[in-house]
Amino acid sequence: MTSRKTNRPVGVIGLGSFGTAVSNLLARNCPVILYGRNREQVLEIRETRISSSQPLDSNIKLTDDVEFLCNSCDIIFPVVPSSGFRQLMGMISSFLKPYHILIHGTKGFDIKDDRENINQEGSFLSRNEVRTMSEVIMEESVVVRIGCLAGPNLAQELAEGQPSATVVASRFNEVIREGQRLLRSDLFQVYGSSDLIGVELSGVLKNIIAIASGAISGLGLGENSRGLLISRGMVEMIYLGRVLGGNTQAFIGLAGIGDLVTTCTSQLSRNFTVGYRLAKGESIENIIRTMEETAEGINTVKIARSLAKYYKVRAPITEKLYDIMFEGLSPKTALQYLMKYPFNVDIDFL
Amino acid sequence: MLKLGKSKAPVYEPILPGSENWPVVRLSRNRKEFIDQVIRESFRRIKELRNTPEMLQEEIEITMFRERLRIKENPWKVDPDDELLFWSDVKNNLVGVDQRSRNKSHLITDKLLKDIIIRYANEIAGNFKPSHYRLARTIVTVGFSRLFNAAQLKSFTGLFRGTLTLQDKIQIVGENEHIRKLAKIGTIVMVPTHFSNLDSITIGFVIHSLGLPPFIYGAGLNLFNISIIAYFMNSLGAYKVDRRKKNMIYLETLKMYSNLALQNGLHSLFFPGGTRSRSGILESKLKLGLLSTAMEAQRINFMKANGENPKKIFVVPVVLNYNFVLEAVGLISDYLSQKGQERYYMESDQFSSSYKILKFLLQFFTRSSDMSVTVGRGMDLLGNYVDDEGNSLDRKGNIIRIEDYFKIHGSFDENPQREGEYTKMLSDKLVQEYHRLARCSASHLSAYTAFEFFRSRYRKLDLYSLLRIPHEYLIIPYDDFRKSFSRRLSQIFELEKEGRIQTADHLTKKKVDELIQIGVNNVGVFHTKRPLLFNKEGDITTQDLKTLYYYRNRLEGYDLEKN
Repeated sequence: MTSRKTNRPVGVIGLGSFGTAVSNLLARNCPVILYGRNREQVLEIRETRISSSQPLDSNIKLTDDVEFLCNSCDIIFPVVPSSGFRQLMGMISSFLKPYHILIHGTKGFDIKDDRENINQEGSFLSRNEVRTMSEVIMEESVVVRIGCLAGPNLAQELAEGQPSATVVASRFNEVIREGQRLLRSDLFQVYGSSDLIGVELSGVLKNIIAIASGAISGLGLGENSRGLLISRGMVEMIYLGRVLGGNTQAFIGLAGIGDLVTTCTSQLSRNFTVGYRLAKGESIENIIRTMEETAEGINTVKIARSLAKYYKVRAPITEKLYDIMFEGLSPKTALQYLMKYPFNVDIDFL
Repeated sequence: MLKLGKSKAPVYEPILPGSENWPVVRLSRNRKEFIDQVIRESFRRIKELRNTPEMLQEEIEITMFRERLRIKENPWKVDPDDELLFWSDVKNNLVGVDQRSRNKSHLITDKLLKDIIIRYANEIAGNFKPSHYRLARTIVTVGFSRLFNAAQLKSFTGLFRGTLTLQDKIQIVGENEHIRKLAKIGTIVMVPTHFSNLDSITIGFVIHSLGLPPFIYGAGLNLFNISIIAYFMNSLGAYKVDRRKKNMIYLETLKMYSNLALQNGLHSLFFPGGTRSRSGILESKLKLGLLSTAMEAQRINFMKANGENPKKIFVVPVVLNYNFVLEAVGLISDYLSQKGQERYYMESDQFSSSYKILKFLLQFFTRSSDMSVTVGRGMDLLGNYVDDEGNSLDRKGNIIRIEDYFKIHGSFDENPQREGEYTKMLSDKLVQEYHRLARCSASHLSAYTAFEFFRSRYRKLDLYSLLRIPHEYLIIPYDDFRKSFSRRLSQIFELEKEGRIQTADHLTKKKVDELIQIGVNNVGVFHTKRPLLFNKEGDITTQDLKTLYYYRNRLEGYDLEKN
């Protein structure tokens, strides 16, 4: 059955910049079917061969038929914003079978709750109401062989063919192996990890720090401040990540510190841009309205702040970002507060 | 004591009328071939796992060393006399290995491995005899219920009246018909919770009452120390598990035995908690070894069938709901000392003589209050529920083909890492089912309420200091008890609505004050020192806080309010 292994196409769901970049990476090794739910958009891309400003590899076929996608592929990469992830899974679940392998590239949380304000005293979120994307897949479909992609993977740099690496995390070695086989190339290294939840959490939580880093640039501050932010941000990620079920190891790996440094120093990052514009005095509503693609970090700040309150975890950066975004605190005041915060131990978790 | 009603329990017809059709009888007829198969397959497996002569030699050396140590430090009556001789031989042969050329030494290690496996396989193998089974069954069902009658009716003549039967004593609720249907079309792996040494007899009774053919199960070798029990065990299809032997060769042979038995369609019984729950807490972590043999057997069945009507294995969780566990006092002491100092814990032999075990059985059947057994719905190896036809269902009730979970790129493959993860998933699912199936009774709730009351009153003390408080300080005014009991009762009903627990019938039928009466009077009712009782003023107190803690633990893991 080696023929099925090499000839069967691999599916990608999502026409966003990362979905497109992942498709192009895969296309070097195997035929790819790329799915978009908007018919006109799919037709247009089929015509122009350009998706999210990236030219498409000739090995990629486009479709708007999700049943066709699921029937044609054993391995599927869903790469859609977290806000639409559960809905997507609900839509495709009847076409997913026990033999499918899903490796997602979405870096956000899903909340299984409809309470009005998750950041009000008495209605803070616990782990029971918050799901990572792999957990959403488990809940919505029969697929159990699940993995995720995380690492310093700015779509634009990947599109330019710059060297980079990613982590495929899964409880199943075969999922990691397949991910490596399908994604690896001369310019793209693929590491494996068995800590699925830890790697997912790293990818999600680092977006908070990326926003803060953008804010530092927006305030006109330099690299000392950023160094401070990145290392304290890392500590905060680990504190939060551990109460949510991740291991410390994941956070100091490629998906943690690797991705954190990248997104905190790159103007290309959406989340960084959000922070930058916040510091320049724009309102969060205005920023959300005018962004082309979702910046996952905004929603993550809300959820992480609520979780931090519930579990009484020290998360000053998350809290102050929340105050800036939703409570009208000025970035300057927030900064002053953070500088006075009584940290006394540098690292107390290793 | 709970009132005993007239027997209303249905009696099920056996699903296979003649014993000659029982899978376990077929096995015992082909016993020799079966053992040979176990030996062959174990040999192949271990050679795969230790695939160089050096690795194999090292494994045999470790095994030999540990076995000699066991013989010296922890010998049991049941151990065969020639043990030391056998392992000395192994030792002598191993000395020879080093002095020979590579080619020859590999022949010697293979031979040694085979000899060890042969020894183990023959030790493990059960020896089922239908005539013995029938006798044993009669003794259990008739004998003990007679004894029970006599004790209940407080007269010796009660022995012959037969008005009360085990059916009255052990109430079986849940998916009885469903399990009977599954047993006709596939192989059942029954996985009960484990609280008492009597569980295997209780389960044996349940299996018989449901009209199912006998199951095979792994019984601790220590139980074979006593001739009378050994007789029962042998006749009930037991195979022997020696928990002292933790070497890889033994464990692989044991697992292969179970694996091949399941492939051959033998209904099996595992206690996946491993040993009895020392703390009284419902199993929260399961042993994966035997469960993984079911996983592997299922995959092999699928591979053999290749799409054509594969023989399916169904996992059936069963929860035993006791108000009273005879060993509670000893178990909780074990638990506390283990937890307290993590000291080396030697597998000990509790029932050292036939007399002690008989006394124990007698006490169990004459003294213990009513109990219920909840039979859960059948699941496939991935933890999906199955319907009466054995089809696996997803969460939305659609039929799914679980054989596809064992495939990659469209074809089956052997992938131990994958199956290990599936086994963990199954184990998580089982733990969840145990909690869902457990039936909360007034006695569980009373124990929980009372203990948490003490804990919050002395919240500055750690558990060990709390347990040392003199009893005269341990009194709960009735009204206070009633208040927190009622609060938790409504929490239990909430949990029931969410499908996270079940409740005994009396919880809904009776008023709070009655429930407290029933509850307090039934918590560990036959212990010499009562875990819970009313004092002269009608307030609630305890004579044994440790044992109360044991019974309280039954409701651990439900996020009940702690006070």
